[in-house]
Amino acid sequence: MTFLSFLISGLSLGSVYAIIALGYTMVYGIAKMLNFAHGDVIMVGAYVCFFATTRWDLPPTVGVLLAMVVCTALGVLIERLAYKPLRSAPSLAVIITAIGVSYFLQNAAQLLWTSNPKVFTSVVGNSSIKLFDGGLTISVIAIITIIACIIIMAALTWFTGKTKMGKAMRACSEDKGAAQLMGIDVNFTISVTFAIGSALAAIAGVLLCSAYPTLMPTTGAMPGIKAFTAAVFGGIGSIPGAMIGGLLLGIIEIFGKGYISTQLSDAIVFAVLIITLLVKPAGLLGKQTTEKV
Amino acid sequence: MKIMRKASRSKVITYGLVAIAFIIVQLLISSGNISSSLQGQLVPICAYVVMAVSLNLTVGVLGELSLGHAGFMSVGAFTGVVACISLESIIPFTILRLTVSIIIGAFSAGVAGTLIGIPVLRLEGDYLAIVTLAFGEIIKNITNCLYVGVDKAGLHVNFLTDATSLNLSEGGRVIIDGPMGISGITKLSTFAMGFALIMVTLFIVLNLIDSRSGRAIMALRDNRIAAESVGIHVTKYKLMAFATSAALAGAAGALYAMNYSTIIASKFGFNTSILILVFVVLGGLGNIRGSIIAATVLTILPEMLRQFNNYRMVIYAIVLVLIMLATNDDNLKGFLSNLRNRLLPSNLRKGKKGAENG
Repeated sequence: MTFLSFLISGLSLGSVYAIIALGYTMVYGIAKMLNFAHGDVIMVGAYVCFFATTRWDLPPTVGVLLAMVVCTALGVLIERLAYKPLRSAPSLAVIITAIGVSYFLQNAAQLLWTSNPKVFTSVVGNSSIKLFDGGLTISVIAIITIIACIIIMAALTWFTGKTKMGKAMRACSEDKGAAQLMGIDVNFTISVTFAIGSALAAIAGVLLCSAYPTLMPTTGAMPGIKAFTAAVFGGIGSIPGAMIGGLLLGIIEIFGKGYISTQLSDAIVFAVLIITLLVKPAGLLGKQTTEKV
Repeated sequence: MKIMRKASRSKVITYGLVAIAFIIVQLLISSGNISSSLQGQLVPICAYVVMAVSLNLTVGVLGELSLGHAGFMSVGAFTGVVACISLESIIPFTILRLTVSIIIGAFSAGVAGTLIGIPVLRLEGDYLAIVTLAFGEIIKNITNCLYVGVDKAGLHVNFLTDATSLNLSEGGRVIIDGPMGISGITKLSTFAMGFALIMVTLFIVLNLIDSRSGRAIMALRDNRIAAESVGIHVTKYKLMAFATSAALAGAAGALYAMNYSTIIASKFGFNTSILILVFVVLGGLGNIRGSIIAATVLTILPEMLRQFNNYRMVIYAIVLVLIMLATNDDNLKGFLSNLRNRLLPSNLRKGKKGAENG
């Protein structure tokens, strides 16, 4: 029973990582940049939902939608102001800019909402389902998280595979110059990618804080790094890779916590990542490119 | 007399600048013209300068992005302090004990760098970056679970238990207490020691860059395949740069730790690694003098912004983004140079007109 309960909480945590990692991987795929500010967009999303539901007494669905709208606008704004001018700059300059944006979001949040942790009330309440005569307790939020992750994954696969915009995205990630020659608006496509990634971050923020209710300006930082690890683990730039990477990472973390040691769980997660990358240097589903001379 | 080579001249200028800065600060201290908060920052500034110079060796000279440099600082800090405390009765002379501790810290961080470098340096680009990040986090996590004590029988090391199970004999002392870190450190680090460490670091790094090995390392950065095809041993030279960089970071860590009475492992996390990376990028990749200046200015800057109180970190973040935009955005760069072109000739014209009128 403990195994099953660990597995479900692992899947639930992994689903959150997967949703965040999808944002990372899409942005990386198209803009070839590590968007370190992504984790802080999660935090902003969680705060917006928190204020919407507890201060203004709006229903949870409206709170989530509002968080998505705010984060989408924020993501597009960040891209326009900070990343777009640097499109041809060396990648390190872009990374430092992303770190600057991340500092800005964290410290602005600290100014606006203070660093005192807020207790996030779960968007679905604290109800849980008991199975096997109370032997196994599953919280409703865990199930919702897993379902949300599956729906998002299916929708994204459909979107990138079938729609015109999705095709444009894939074209841009393969070759921006050629895509532009085919009449694709590259700047608009990149903005849409940031918008989708940030909307996903808002959902992830709400789900994360519903399961782990402490909300602080630094809440997004560690899940951000973990999800980034998950994206690399699955092969950065690959959408199914981010999904698998996120789920595996969540499961490894919870099993590590449950069976080996609570303090060492992060070390175990990162050790698995290192071993995987040494065996498969481009991640689980990443494309192995050979260098031509 | 032979005319000095350009490279040697540049080296002498760098040493000279650091020495002059040291003398000026010493004069300010002796005349009492320096605030106490700034005086407390002097040793950390020295440690950060060493960190920035050593990271520049990996990022700027070797060309590999490392996001876990603080991990090596942590290794150096903890082994350095453990060495310092356990050598207390053997070497009573403090400056010698501090030097020995820094060397031990540097050595152990160098060993860690070599061990990590062998598997990691096979990876490339962003993958290498994420693995160094992972190693930094692993080092932090492991130090958080480490318990070390010392008594007459020698060092006792325990992992994942607690301080009481170290079974120390009477008169023994717990040094590393898991997540509580090390407390009760005697503050041995001095500004002079920091200055000496900067000079040693500069000597090592500048001479490495200006040697046959250094040119091999830079060749690998510019074009790995071409360098490999003329017979440069990739792993050997990459490892050389990486391990040197790690060892220097360890020395900086030992210096840094012995400036405080308490250190904890979480101080040396991802954020510290990023802080150092910001110094390196703002100072200019591969530009050692730039790293020194950026590390100094950016450590003092938050102190100077203290009057803005809560807003200072927001301002810091905005300044960071604006600098990156100003130095890399083509439109903005073009605008600035246009502005300069337009201003300068018009100034000259005005001057001429003035002369005619007069």
